[in-house]
Amino acid sequence: MLSCEEATRLMSDARERPLKVSERLVLGVHVSICTGCRRFGSQMDVLHKAMQNFAGGKNESTEDDK
Amino acid sequence: MKESVLELVNADARSLFDGRYLEGLRDQMLKFATLQLGNPDHAEDAVQEALLGALKSVKSFSGKAALKTWVFAILKNKIADHFRQRSKLGEGSKITDSLDDEQDLSALFDERGHWHQDEKPVAWGQPEETFKQDQFWVVFETCLNGLPAKQAKIFMMREFVDLTADEICELEGLTTSNLHVVLHRARLRLRECIENRWFLGESENAKL
Repeated sequence: MLSCEEATRLMSDARERPLKVSERLVLGVHVSICTGCRRFGSQMDVLHKAMQNFAGGKNESTEDDK
Repeated sequence: MKESVLELVNADARSLFDGRYLEGLRDQMLKFATLQLGNPDHAEDAVQEALLGALKSVKSFSGKAALKTWVFAILKNKIADHFRQRSKLGEGSKITDSLDDEQDLSALFDERGHWHQDEKPVAWGQPEETFKQDQFWVVFETCLNGLPAKQAKIFMMREFVDLTADEICELEGLTTSNLHVVLHRARLRLRECIENRWFLGESENAKL
């Protein structure tokens, strides 16, 4: 049984390298029963998008207010 | 001569010739580049190069991208160039401070490696709505700044500057597995900080 620490590590690694079939399997089983890790996974996408938006898109409206 | 160029460029791009706008943009770029490069002189260089590059190629600005997004995309390339150049000069930083902060993870996970009850991720709702709120970006920046410097730098090299894993390893003197450990920790920490400071505190933010 994969721990949450290991599951989050695999989800982070999945953004860097293709996971092995065995890793995908144990991860799939883990997130199917663990709400916390399932949220962690989708939040990694949010962090990525936030980082992409961080510089360019932010503060547009505050600038108009100046 | 300058006027004829101005007539050719997109109305948005004309902001680049507006001193006050340029000043504000420059400050934001400088703050951002300093966060990435960790050295104010290098940051200053990258910003100068990016602004010069933007002015030179102003005619190619299509107006499809917001001006600021476009200028920051140029800055991003300049930052990547700086990283690569320093690596060629053998100035790539070596990770000397410990990458290993075990305490960190034990604050999040119990001895069996499961989330502590109060550290378990909560639902974040609609991130697109969140991104529209200026206050969120203040929190996001605070959380980035709150990461250990190396973690923040490596996370941004990967997620913002879009350097490849190999490039980052070479620049930072890391093995691939080191890099994965650093990114895992940065993501755990950043996620936790944003959740605590924004998503759990959102009701309080709304009251302000």
